Amino acid sequence: MTALPPPSAKKLGLVIDLDTCVGCHACVTACKGWNDQGYGAPLSDQDAWGANPSGTFLNRVHSYEVTPETGAPQLVHFPKSCLHCENAPCVTVCPTGASYKRAEDGIVLVNESACIGCGLCAWACPYGARELDQAAGVMKKCTLCVDRIYNENLPEVDRVPACVRTCPAGARHFGDLGDPDSAVSQLVAERGGMELMPEQGTRPVNRYLPPRPKDRLEETAPLAPLLDIQATGFAGWLDRLLDRI
Amino acid sequence: MHPAPSVILFTVLSGLGFGLLAMLGLGAAPVTGWAAFVAYGAGFGLAVAGLLASTFHLGNPQRALRAFTQWRTSWLSREAWASVAALGLMAPVAASAVFMGRLMPALGAVAAVLCLITVLTTSMIYTQLRTVPRWNHWTTPALFFGHAVAGGALLAGLGNAPILLGLLGLFMALSFRAGDARFAERGHTLATATGLGHGKVRSFAPPHTGTNYLMREMIHVVGRKHALKLRVIAVVFAAVLPAVALVLLPAGLATTLVAAAFHLIGAFAGRWLFFAEAEHVVGLYYGKR
Repeated sequence: MTALPPPSAKKLGLVIDLDTCVGCHACVTACKGWNDQGYGAPLSDQDAWGANPSGTFLNRVHSYEVTPETGAPQLVHFPKSCLHCENAPCVTVCPTGASYKRAEDGIVLVNESACIGCGLCAWACPYGARELDQAAGVMKKCTLCVDRIYNENLPEVDRVPACVRTCPAGARHFGDLGDPDSAVSQLVAERGGMELMPEQGTRPVNRYLPPRPKDRLEETAPLAPLLDIQATGFAGWLDRLLDRI
Repeated sequence: MHPAPSVILFTVLSGLGFGLLAMLGLGAAPVTGWAAFVAYGAGFGLAVAGLLASTFHLGNPQRALRAFTQWRTSWLSREAWASVAALGLMAPVAASAVFMGRLMPALGAVAAVLCLITVLTTSMIYTQLRTVPRWNHWTTPALFFGHAVAGGALLAGLGNAPILLGLLGLFMALSFRAGDARFAERGHTLATATGLGHGKVRSFAPPHTGTNYLMREMIHVVGRKHALKLRVIAVVFAAVLPAVALVLLPAGLATTLVAAAFHLIGAFAGRWLFFAEAEHVVGLYYGKR
C-alpha cells in the first residue's frame, strides 16, 4: 500500500560526516558490489566497456567546492543515497503499491515484482535517489542493505549497510535516528546534523554532518625568542665594553 | 525534464479525445447516425491511442493492471480509474447516438464530467510534483483543461470554439510566463540541496564521467535554446491560427480538419516545451538545471 504508515518509533538511517569523507568512492563500489548479488534485480550497466558507459547506482559521491567570504575554498565530498524520508513523496505517487515505507523501521523499499517502471517515483524524489534499471525495467533504490542489517548468518560486525562497513575514513554511520540516545542521534545533536533541501517538506531521516570550520593559524613565530641572543660570560663583558666605547 | 515522445503523444491525444467526448456527452454538438460515428469514433480513437502510447514508456508494461490498485494516494492510479470509467460510461451514449439515433443527455453529462476528471487526474500527475516547481502550480490543470475544452470544442465544430481557442492561447502564454520565475521563488539552490550554506557552493566534480538515468530523465538543457521561438509557435498554431481559420473559412469538415491540424502542431510544440522547460531540483546536485 502506498499510503505512508504512521511515523515509526524506529527510524533506521545513515549519518554522513562531510568533514571526514575523503571522496574515495569505496562506498559506491561496495554498494554496487553487495546489491548486485542478492536483493532484487542486479544493478545493470550499459555499454560498460564502450565509449558511453552508464549504469545503475544506489549511491553516488559528488564533490563540491565551497568558497567562504574570507579564506581558502574548501572541497567537500558528498555521498548521496536514499534519505528514507518520513514524508516520502516517492511512496505516495506510486500507482501500483510497489513503493512502500516499512512501518517497523522506516526503510523505504520497492517491491520489484509489482513495479511497472513508470518512473514517477524518481520524478517525485528531490534527491535523485531512485534510478530505473535499464535492463530490468524496475526502479532501484538504496535498501539500507535490509538483507545485511538483520542477517543473522553474517558476523555481527557485518550487520550494517555495505557502504558503512567499507568506509575507510569512518565517515558513514548507521543507526536508529528515532532513538535520541543512539550513537547516531548523539552525533547529530553534537555536530548539528542537517537535512537536505528541508524546504521540500520530505523530512529525511538521514542526516549530514557539516564540515568543521577550518583551523586558522595565529601569526606566531615560535623561533623568535631564540633569535634574540643575549651574550653572557666573557662575550657579555666584551659586548657591554664595546657598547660603551 | 526529458520530453519523452510517448508521454507527449499520450497527454496531447488523450486530452484532445477526452475533451471531444466531453463536448459530445454534454450535448453541445447533438449528432446522431454517421456523424455521431465519426465524432465519437474520433474521440474514442484519440483517447485510446493516447492511453496506449502512455504504456510505451513503462519498464514492465505487462504489469500495467496493477496501476489500478493505489487510487487512495496516487494520481496516476486515479487517472487509470477515471479514464476507464469515462470511456465505459461514454460507450452506451455513443452506441445510442450512432445506432439508435437517440441522445442520452443524463448519462452523457455524467460521462462528460468523468472525461474532464480524467484530464484533471492527468494534469495532477505533474502538478503534484514539488520537485518540478514549474509544474507545481494551479496553472498546470488550467492549461490541460484549456487544451481539452478548446480542442474538444474545435473538433466538435462548436460555434464558440474560436473564443475558447483564444482563452487557451491566453492560458498558454500565462503558464509559460508564470512558470519562468517559480524555481527561484521556491528558494531551491545548491546551498539548500547540500546544506553547505557557509560559502559559495559550486559543483566541482560530478560523481561519474558519463551520464546516468537521472541526468537523462530530469536534466534536459539542450531544448531550451529555442524556447522563446517555440512558445510563439505553440501559441500561434494551437490557438491563433485555428481560431482565425474557423472564423474566416466556411464552416464544414474541411475547415475543422485544417483548424485541427494547426491546433495539433501547436499543442505538440507546447507540450514538448512543457517537459523540456521544466527543471527538476535534482539538477542542482549536478550543477545544472
